[in-house]
Amino acid sequence: MSRIRDNYEGSRWRKFRRWLDGEVDLLALGVEVSEPKEGPQPGPATQALPVPGPAKPLSAAARRHRYQKDNRGIRPFRKAYQLMSVALCLGIISVLLWTVSYLPAFGNAGNPDNNEVSARYIERGLQETGAVNIVTGMILDYRAFDTFGESCVLFIASCCVLVLLRIDATDGDKRSRKRLEEANDRLFEPKDDIILQKCACVMVPLILMFGIYIVLNGHLSPGGGFSGGAVLGSGLIFYLNAFGFEKTGRFFTERIYRRVTLCALTFYCLAKSYSFYTGANHLHSGIPLGVPGAILSSGLILPLNICVGLVVACTMYAFYTLFRKGGM
Amino acid sequence: MRFFEMILLLCLIVCAVSVGFAKDLLTSIVIFMSYSLIMCVIWVLLQSPDLAITEAAVGAGVTSILFFVTLKKIRAIRREGQHEQDKG
Repeated sequence: MSRIRDNYEGSRWRKFRRWLDGEVDLLALGVEVSEPKEGPQPGPATQALPVPGPAKPLSAAARRHRYQKDNRGIRPFRKAYQLMSVALCLGIISVLLWTVSYLPAFGNAGNPDNNEVSARYIERGLQETGAVNIVTGMILDYRAFDTFGESCVLFIASCCVLVLLRIDATDGDKRSRKRLEEANDRLFEPKDDIILQKCACVMVPLILMFGIYIVLNGHLSPGGGFSGGAVLGSGLIFYLNAFGFEKTGRFFTERIYRRVTLCALTFYCLAKSYSFYTGANHLHSGIPLGVPGAILSSGLILPLNICVGLVVACTMYAFYTLFRKGGM
Repeated sequence: MRFFEMILLLCLIVCAVSVGFAKDLLTSIVIFMSYSLIMCVIWVLLQSPDLAITEAAVGAGVTSILFFVTLKKIRAIRREGQHEQDKG
């Protein structure tokens, strides 16, 4: 149940209920609202009222009791709401199914998705983007604008989590409050779990190296910025779980997070703006595509992959720290 | 291989149904994790390894960890020995 407002006694809904129950009549209600300013002497209007005087602040229990008593009459409406929600659900389901019945059959050669776009991607993708992995060539060259939108969505999501979960300290002892929060959080956990730490010593370098490999080889082998960044982020979370916030705070603070994310997104934006500008005006971009298959090839795809990977890794780690103690 | 795929799909359906019927929130998150792992293997069989990497890292890793932390924050995970503390 939602919280009842403090001035429930004076609210319009309460007045409306009282009028509906016949406790007070509407003409006298207006008199009652303006009456208390005049003073405590009994006038003719206050005598007519069953509830005289200004609205006293009731206790929370009494308010809730009165609220429940008042709202007992809404129950038929509640039934109607349930029926309406079921009807709405069934209606949406039937509309969607009806639309699906008009879609072309799966795997038909004459479907509109078998057009010249995908044929061009498959036939000339290697020459135009220089990426051996055709998926990366698509998402970071032909469709780079969509990927930029995805990175921005991720960044905005992390900003929203920051707004919702960050512990704000208005007074000076911000550090002590954060430490207190962390201590509360790890109260029932082993602080320095030796098994977890030994496992982390073996696993974390492998995980981080694998993540870096995925990011750097995004244009040659399966993977790319997003998957590599997710692997890097989970490796960082593992390290944080094993060794605590003091160890990770040495190389990953909020300032570093902000700088890395901002630089990566700005570089992505500028690089893609440049290539869109040259491409739209039929200019030569001047970025060498290199030999397909070499690590330094395919133009802008490798730096863009690194940017996306950094943004994703930082966002994953930031999510975790914000959920844990409301700050980095 | 066809048989293996059918077993995986069956496990997927069983996991998806049992997430809703699990009594404990912790159990349903663990089932959700196993759902993501099965989905990861299915992505590999469908020849899209990049999706498999992402599914393993995000679906089975980070999302479940965030769920665990949230459950801990809202005190939904019952600690061991809490009953004795309550009694004693």
